[in-house]
Parts: sequence; C-alpha cells; structure tokens
Amino acid sequence: MAVKSVSLDRGYWVFLLPGAVALLLVIIIPFLINVGISFTAWNGITEPTWIGLDNYQKAAHDKTFWMSFQNNLYIIVAMTIIPTIIGLFLAAFLYDFVANKIGNRVASVFRAGYYLPQILPVAIAGVVWRWILQPRWGVLNWLLDQVGMEPRNWLGDADIAIYSVMGIMVWFQIGYPLVIFMAALQRVDPELYEAASVDGANWLEKFIHITIHQIRPEIFVVVLMTLIHSLKIFAQIFVLTRGGPGRATIVPSYFAYQNFFEKANVGYGATIATIMTVIIILLTVLFINVQSRQELREAA
Amino acid sequence: MNASLVLERFNKSLALLLLTALLIVMLFPFAIVTINAFKTPAEYASNGPLSLPGGLYTDGLRDFWDRVDFTNKLINSTVISVSVAVAGIGLSLLNAFALGIGRVRGRVWFLIFFLMANTLPQEALAYPLYYFAKSLGLYNTRLSVIIVFSVIQSAFGTYLLTSVFSTFPREILEAARIDGCNKVQLLLRIVTPISRPTLSVLFVFFFIWTWNEFFLPMILLVSTSNQTVPLAIAVLQGQHNMDATTSSASALLGILPCVIFFLLFQRTLTKGITAGSVK
Repeated sequence: MAVKSVSLDRGYWVFLLPGAVALLLVIIIPFLINVGISFTAWNGITEPTWIGLDNYQKAAHDKTFWMSFQNNLYIIVAMTIIPTIIGLFLAAFLYDFVANKIGNRVASVFRAGYYLPQILPVAIAGVVWRWILQPRWGVLNWLLDQVGMEPRNWLGDADIAIYSVMGIMVWFQIGYPLVIFMAALQRVDPELYEAASVDGANWLEKFIHITIHQIRPEIFVVVLMTLIHSLKIFAQIFVLTRGGPGRATIVPSYFAYQNFFEKANVGYGATIATIMTVIIILLTVLFINVQSRQELREAA
Repeated sequence: MNASLVLERFNKSLALLLLTALLIVMLFPFAIVTINAFKTPAEYASNGPLSLPGGLYTDGLRDFWDRVDFTNKLINSTVISVSVAVAGIGLSLLNAFALGIGRVRGRVWFLIFFLMANTLPQEALAYPLYYFAKSLGLYNTRLSVIIVFSVIQSAFGTYLLTSVFSTFPREILEAARIDGCNKVQLLLRIVTPISRPTLSVLFVFFFIWTWNEFFLPMILLVSTSNQTVPLAIAVLQGQHNMDATTSSASALLGILPCVIFFLLFQRTLTKGITAGSVK
C-alpha cells in the first residue's frame, strides 16, 4: 500500500451545494415560516399580527380540531391496523399454503390482484368509490335494492360516512403490507418451521412465534409508513366527503387546508400543520431509535 | 383415495374459493367502472350497472375527453412527472455523491436532515410555498410544481442513493483517481453508469409518485389548462352535473394511465417496493 494514498475525502461538499440550497429554499425555510405563522393571526393579505401561543390555546379548546384527530384514529385503524393484520394472515396463507400446495404462479396472481388498488392515485381511487357509492344511481345502492335491502347515503349520512371512508381505505391499502410481507417471508429459514412441526406446534403457534417474529422489521416499517400516510390523508377526504357532512369526516390536513384557503385563518391553519408535523417527527424519531437499537441487538 | 387426500383437496378448493371471492371484491371497482364507461346513459338507466354494454359506446369517453381537454392534462402530467424525475435524480445523485462517495464531514446529520424533509407533511409547507410562488410570479405554472417536487423527491432519493453509494467498491474509486480522473469525471463516467439500475428504479418511482400527487399541485395550479390528470378528474367530478356513464368514463380515464405504467414498470416497481421497505 502506498504511504500516501490518494485522498478521496476532500472538496466533495461542493456537490452537496445545489441539493442543500434547494432543500433549504423549498422545504426548510417554508417549514420554519409555517411555524412562525402559527404564532400569528393572519388572513393572508394584510400584515400578520403576533399573538404568541393563542392559536395553540384555541386548538386545545376547539371541538373541530379534536374531532379531526379523533377521525384520524379511525383512519389509522383503516389504513394501519386492519391492513397490517389482514396483510400478515394473507401473506402467510399465500406464501405457505397456496404457493406450496397449489403453485407459485397462482399465489403471484392473487398478490398482483390484491395489490392493484395501490397503483391508483388516491384521488382517483376516491373518484371511483364516490361513483360506486353515489346515493341516487350508484352501484352499491342498486345492488342493495336488488336484494331488497335499504339503500343508504353512504358518504352523505353523518352516522356512517366515516365507516364508508374506512372501508375504502382498507380496500386501497391491503396490497402494500401484503407485498412487503410476502417478500419478507422469503428470507425466513424453512428449517425453523420444520423444527417447530417436530415439536408439535400447530399452525397458529408457528404463525405467531416464527412468522411474525422473523419478519418483525418489515412489520415495523409497514406500521410506521402507513401511520405517517394516515396522518397525512387529504386527497381521499377532499374527493369523497370534503370533511362532511358537517365535520363527520374532517381530518387534520383537510382542517388545515380549510383554514388556509377557505376561511383565511392562515395562522390557525399553520398551527394545525405544525402540530401534525410534530407528531410525525416524533413517530419518525421513535422509529429510527427502535430500528437502530434492533440493529445493534442483532449485531451483538 | 384415502381420507386425508380428500381433505387436502377440499382444503385447496376452499382456499381458492375464498381467495377468489376476495379477489373479486378487490377488482370489482375496476371492472364496474370499465364496463359502465362504454354504455349509453339509457342503457345504464334501464339495465343497471351490472349488465354488459350492448356495444362499445364511446361517446361518454369522448365527451369527457373533450370537455376537460384530456390531451392537455396528459401533457401536463407527463411534462411535470418527467421533469421531476430527471431533476430529482440529478439532485439526489449530486447529494449522494458527496455523502456516500465523498463521505463529507457531518454526513450523518445531513442524512437525518434529508430523511426528516422526506417525512414532513406537505401541509406544513403549503402556505409559504403558495405565497412564494405568488410573489415570484411562479403561481399557476407547471414550473412551480416541478421545482417543489424535484426537491421533495430528492430527499428520498438522496437517502436511498447514499446507502447504495456507501457500499460502492472503494478499489474502483481509488483506481479511477490514480488514473487521473477528477471528481466530475468520477461522478459522470464511473459512479453514474455503475449505479444505473438503482437510478432507473428511482426514475420510475419519482415519475409515478409525482403523477399521483394531489395536494400541492391543487394549491399551486388553479387554471384548468395547467392541471394534472388526477387533479382535473377529482376537481371536475364535484363541479359538473355529470350522469352515471360520463362519471365512470372520467374515472376510467384516471385509472388507465396508471394501469399502463404498472404493466410497463411492473418488474422495476416490485423490486423497488421491497427495496424501499428495508431502506
């Protein structure tokens, strides 16, 4: 080896300049300005006035604000919890049973079919479902009518609108965990299952102790990613219900949008967006921590 | 035939039956939108949504196509998505070259920065971006959307490419340097060609993600002549009093490009989805 090896590590920061400046101008500065706006009362036209934490206090007592986060919990159930659980069982079933006993080809056809909704822009998925759920001539009410059941106003009835949105999101979301979990299962050592079978473990025991345990990192990624996506849900709500009827399906991002662009409450909109950001950053930090701890443990 | 064989065959049939039932539920919206896009309004009214169309009636599709100037929307979406994919890859490549190959000081912090930028909700950028765009005269231009999304996508691209580049064989880099390659040549002649497979995955990702975007394009593009495909279809469905078959024609036009992309890029995408999961 040469005494003075060719230095590779100098002067590279120049290459970072365009990307870092762009990031600063398009993301960091707008984000900081948004945080700044959240401490003001501003209609977007005249000068903003500094009001300190008033917007945050207002949020704490605002029923619509809490309603939007409560609805977000429903959305999390529909986008994270249900699809992850269904995805786990479906992936294990397709991978174990269908691929082994019926054929790999059949398993991939099902996987592709279940994944299909995921290729749509969420806004288009919303348009499709709004068409199906249309109260007067929609397909679902037509079907219900054929079998003698009561038609409903699926998106226009405050009592059921959120459940309709949830159902649509489950339909949209299932493919994502399924595809990731099926890929993850490929790296599970089949000998683990054989050893467990010798020990007399049944299917459910193997599922819990081997499958879930072995693909833990992927489950973790799916849960985090879908959690973040559900906190950001906007287009679906915009297309399906516009947060209504009343505020029955309002979510934080739509509530922020309304304040920004419909009610000219820019300061309050910025407050809601800032609170959303804090929650998402906390989740991400938690994720990085747990993941690096997991990697350390595996390395040890 | 013994009992266990019969049982196994029964299990297989039951499994296929259940999976097929679920498949039908999952694909039903696609099928129903497709068949009704080709019906006349009268057919829909008299035979209901489940009947097959009597003929290939394309007036609904053509009518909607003309009404929204769909050609223009396709051009807008394509121009925006391709530009973002190219510019986003350019930025990611430069960043990752400095962070992954050059290993500049503080790279871990830069990476955390890019990762954070990638997870920020667009709502927290929307109003300042809208305000900037207005004061710079970029409001309601495709360029504004191209700039914003090139940077947003590059945050993810930097993260992914840096982890790929940090495992780049050092011997190749050192050999190139000894042969008198400067840094720009190193990037353009050595690193970029070798990482072309990853770059093509990124291209497909950026293209499709940008195509599917809704929130910021809606805020930055007001006039219909600048709008993208998902935007035009989603915004229009509330405004026009469309009948059932024209509505389904509009939904079908929204679905079709994505199905085409999926078929074209299927292999790259499946590779990418799983690669993204362990990033």
